[in-house]
Amino acid sequence: MSIVFAILAVMMLLFAALAIRAKHLISAAIFLAVVSALVSIAFYWLGSLLAAVIELSVGAGLVTVLFVYAINIAGETGGEYYPLVKKWLAAPLVIIALALLAIYLLPILSPAPQVAETDLPNVIWDQRAVDVLVQIVLIFSGVLGLLGLLAEAKAPLEYPVAEQVAAQRQQELDELTRQTPQEEAV
Amino acid sequence: MNLSIETIALVGVIGLLGVGLYGLLISRNLIKIVVGLQILVKAALLGIVLAGKINGQPLLAQSMVITIIVADTIVAVIGIAMIVQIRRQLGTLDVSELSKLKG
Repeated sequence: MSIVFAILAVMMLLFAALAIRAKHLISAAIFLAVVSALVSIAFYWLGSLLAAVIELSVGAGLVTVLFVYAINIAGETGGEYYPLVKKWLAAPLVIIALALLAIYLLPILSPAPQVAETDLPNVIWDQRAVDVLVQIVLIFSGVLGLLGLLAEAKAPLEYPVAEQVAAQRQQELDELTRQTPQEEAV
Repeated sequence: MNLSIETIALVGVIGLLGVGLYGLLISRNLIKIVVGLQILVKAALLGIVLAGKINGQPLLAQSMVITIIVADTIVAVIGIAMIVQIRRQLGTLDVSELSKLKG
């Protein structure tokens, strides 16, 4: 059984690496969806059934649709970018960070005594009620933020506002100078 | 050597963290940065589920994971919306081009 789980973990890492290395953004989004699906299988394997379902539907479904939508609007890469940090520097940095993490994490794998837990609805609605409130607020603010950010831009001005204001002032000045000689003549 | 599922999952978590971190370090495309961030969050989610299983509190871990999935989705949605607006307004997805715009 652990061999199958090891294959799952290797596939997870492989597809994550492919998502990072993919040249086309749409491929990166698809590979990310596959990683999400594999992570949800791992959740199921580890006994978190509800989290697995939500990860599969939200992580592999909704977020992928959003990525594809954004890539359709924003277009593909538009040229090859040079990496932000040099690759020869990034790889050792990541390896050092992971080595430190592994040194601290691997010894804690000894199983702790089981704590008596009730069923999941009790945990979510009673013990973690604040989390549910936070989720509601997050969803609401997310929808509002999305509406604001995706709102269509207003029609562009014919010319910049500063030029418009300057032209208007010049016109007023011209009218004044035209009026002043007439008043002097009167 | 017979590895337990927990050990394999922990190695997977560490590996996913590494891939996500590497992606964040080398990417300059804004969408690729969000992809790297998503991979990092997936590693964290898997780590929390694993910690719940090891500590004997899988339901608590599960409820936390659900909250994090919601928050992560909102982050992705807002991030993607901002990327779309940046592309519309400035015509680029390159982070370095954006950093040149500061006054």
